Amino acid sequence: MLSKEDLIPSRADKPVFRLAPYIIFIPAFVVMAVLPFGPVGGAPNLFGYRFDYVIANFDAGLVLFLAMGAIAVYGIVLAGWSSNSNFSLLGGLRAGAQMISYELAMGFSVVGVMLMAGSLSLVDIVNGQAGNFWNWYFIPQVVGGLIFFVATLAELNRTPFDLAEAEQELVAGYLTEYSGMRWGLFMFAEYVNMVVVSAIVSTLYFGGWRAPLTVLDFIPGPIWLFLKICVFVFLYMWVRWTIFRYRYNQLMSVGWKILLPLSIVNLVVTAIIVSVTS
Amino acid sequence: MVNQTIDLVIQLAIMFAIGAAMAVTFVTISHFLSPSSRNPNKSEPYECGVVPVGDARAPFNVHFYLVAVLFVLFDLEAVFLYPWAISLRELGTAGLAEMFVFIAILLVGYFYAWKKGVFEWE
Repeated sequence: MLSKEDLIPSRADKPVFRLAPYIIFIPAFVVMAVLPFGPVGGAPNLFGYRFDYVIANFDAGLVLFLAMGAIAVYGIVLAGWSSNSNFSLLGGLRAGAQMISYELAMGFSVVGVMLMAGSLSLVDIVNGQAGNFWNWYFIPQVVGGLIFFVATLAELNRTPFDLAEAEQELVAGYLTEYSGMRWGLFMFAEYVNMVVVSAIVSTLYFGGWRAPLTVLDFIPGPIWLFLKICVFVFLYMWVRWTIFRYRYNQLMSVGWKILLPLSIVNLVVTAIIVSVTS
Repeated sequence: MVNQTIDLVIQLAIMFAIGAAMAVTFVTISHFLSPSSRNPNKSEPYECGVVPVGDARAPFNVHFYLVAVLFVLFDLEAVFLYPWAISLRELGTAGLAEMFVFIAILLVGYFYAWKKGVFEWE
């Protein structure tokens, strides 16, 4: 891929065309900073110094994740628009509408986790799931968790929601005019995003770096997080090879008429339960 | 508190720099390794082999615009929910009831948009 010609179409808007791959690529890395992959705080554990298994212990880590997801939409829409090709423009528009629609369902479904954890910090959310696997938020938040997972499929533009790059009708949508390493950056970003989103799903709903049973705590946190990420990456690939692509009107009605109301109901029910039990 | 904020900015900036450096390195390496044979036909936009007619930036369906406006409304709502979600335990029943009024007002708009056919794509 590095040795392939990097072609910029003569009619493209060149600065925007060059900028778009970076806008998609960089946010995925920034999100990695707030992911805890082991215990944070506590006693000194490394030659008398305290080593925190997180890059930035940010109080609003979850909001940062959602914000960075929103920035990736810009990358795709700008890539589609700047190429100045009919296929790219259609692909970019579709992707933009799809991603913002599913971002809503995603934003509402995580409120359930925030209510239960009482915090926006991913470190605190993992700490709230301490203990055995029946303390994980996936059990009380099963509806929210499933909505979140489906919404991430759409956010990542994976099948069955890869309308944006529908190969048969749009010849790869917003990627049509990209070639060489710039195209490679889009693909690379897609897979980096997949790993990051898998890590977020396991952090929010599956205990993050915590072991499923407290007996297994002797195995370090990063290994557990890695295993969970592998499971979710496998799941994304599995879904891709199993389920067909949706039609565009089906996609929009799933997002707006099913996932969004369901996530609001989930949020209301969780709020009542949390309020009554506290 | 100030130190924490500065630390956070530095930590996020480092991750940003790592990502940017990787991306720029890839494109730069590719710039030196890749062949370059330009001709006017090759740099035309892809149009299945036919010469493209006119500009691709044609007017598009107003539906996309409506979806974008609804997104802004609902996303703002979601952002209002986050601080409320964290402090629900302190706010108690009054906080719960107030947020239900807020959500109910939003749902009126949601069903209006639904009846107006914003979510119908045919």
